[in-house]
Amino acid sequence: MTQRKIRIMVAKPGLDGHDRGARILARCFRDAGYEVIYTGCHQTPAQIAASAIQEDVDVVGLSCLSGAHRYLFPQVVTLLREKGAGDINVIGGGIIPEQDFQKLYDAGIKAIFIPGTTLDTIVEWVNNNIKPVERT
Amino acid sequence: METGKKIKAGDVRAASRLIRDIEDSIPESKSTIKHLFPYTGKAQVVGITGSPGAGKSTLVDGLIEMSRKKEKTVGVLAVDPTSPFTGGATLGDRIRMQRHAEDPAVFIRSLATRGSLGGLSKAVGDAIHVMDAMGKDVIFVETVGTGQQEVEIIHYAHTVLVVLVPGMGDEIQAIKAGIMEIADIFVVNKADREGAGKLQRELMNMIEMSRIPPGGWRPPVLTIGNSFKPEVFEIDIENLSSKVYEHYEYLVNSDFIGDRLRRKTTHELNEALRSSILEPVLRVLVSTGELDRMIEKLLRKESDPCSLSEEVARKYLQGCI
Repeated sequence: MTQRKIRIMVAKPGLDGHDRGARILARCFRDAGYEVIYTGCHQTPAQIAASAIQEDVDVVGLSCLSGAHRYLFPQVVTLLREKGAGDINVIGGGIIPEQDFQKLYDAGIKAIFIPGTTLDTIVEWVNNNIKPVERT
Repeated sequence: METGKKIKAGDVRAASRLIRDIEDSIPESKSTIKHLFPYTGKAQVVGITGSPGAGKSTLVDGLIEMSRKKEKTVGVLAVDPTSPFTGGATLGDRIRMQRHAEDPAVFIRSLATRGSLGGLSKAVGDAIHVMDAMGKDVIFVETVGTGQQEVEIIHYAHTVLVVLVPGMGDEIQAIKAGIMEIADIFVVNKADREGAGKLQRELMNMIEMSRIPPGGWRPPVLTIGNSFKPEVFEIDIENLSSKVYEHYEYLVNSDFIGDRLRRKTTHELNEALRSSILEPVLRVLVSTGELDRMIEKLLRKESDPCSLSEEVARKYLQGCI
């Protein structure tokens, strides 16, 4: 019997081409034993939501350094819910001021990681909070 | 058979979850596959193989575009390698295809090899069935970046594209066995680069030398120009797309489709036999600790793998040995 594997999508929404962080995370998730789907830059929330469903991922990790996170992150959550896929977890990271955290949590973002967070912290969060397939 | 019904109606969520259950060898997935099997066999399956970075994903993106212009519905299975160390994988093929992400008639699913060696994933055969049962007209299967030997794709595809780029070796490579034998269509990609004409000529020489039965298909050698020059690229992709559909028509209208289907079916049955015979036996050997005892014996040189497996066969496969 094979064990269930975590599938995670790393995506960069909006007009932001700075993908080094996203690539490092994709690599780090791979090393943690997850199957990582990387969508590349300049994705619309609709593209991200559709792809997450096609790939049956457990988590979508959004990276945004442009300042548009307050619009883009909740949009992904809303679209997933509209498509009946509200059980797919959405987390985010990037240049995000602390005063925005609560708004994002309220919009359904499960966790936010800002510069200075270690890779181990992020992997630990995923390991503790994400159970493959059994999503609520 | 709730899931089966949903999939036949084209439900992407249900289909993607079933593919995941197949990848994870969840026993219940088998009954859904059994239910779907009678509804398969209508899609054209197109394999795309070639070395890493040859441009397979970009070609698939172009082929999706052309197929949509012909109003065909499309499935894509894109395979990338699993790490032998961590079991993780970076699945990056769909980056090149993201402009089709929102098209409801296009379903793109990435698969990790999970230890399979032939350039595909063990789940690929059933994943093709799932997309086929959803009613996709054409299914593109992109292999991992391949070397010389990964030819597994011939067991799944009606049409195989081998993608090559200039500068990867001399004409001796072209007469070697393996991947150079499996193409229905050769693609010389990045043809604006130096050496493309030479590669095309070498391939044509090689095809000239091969024995093609009367009425048999002669693999064409198509060149694809720079993907950053849309005016060239689009015409080349259109040519390629026409050839892909022409090949399928040829198969259907000639007797050769029978050979292909027999080859596919034989392989599929072999795989199924392997899993229904070997896996239960392995489960028993593992759970009773017998497997460990056998390994200890081998380490102490008290027996050999051949004798031990014959012993197991005598015990569990009565009537065969």
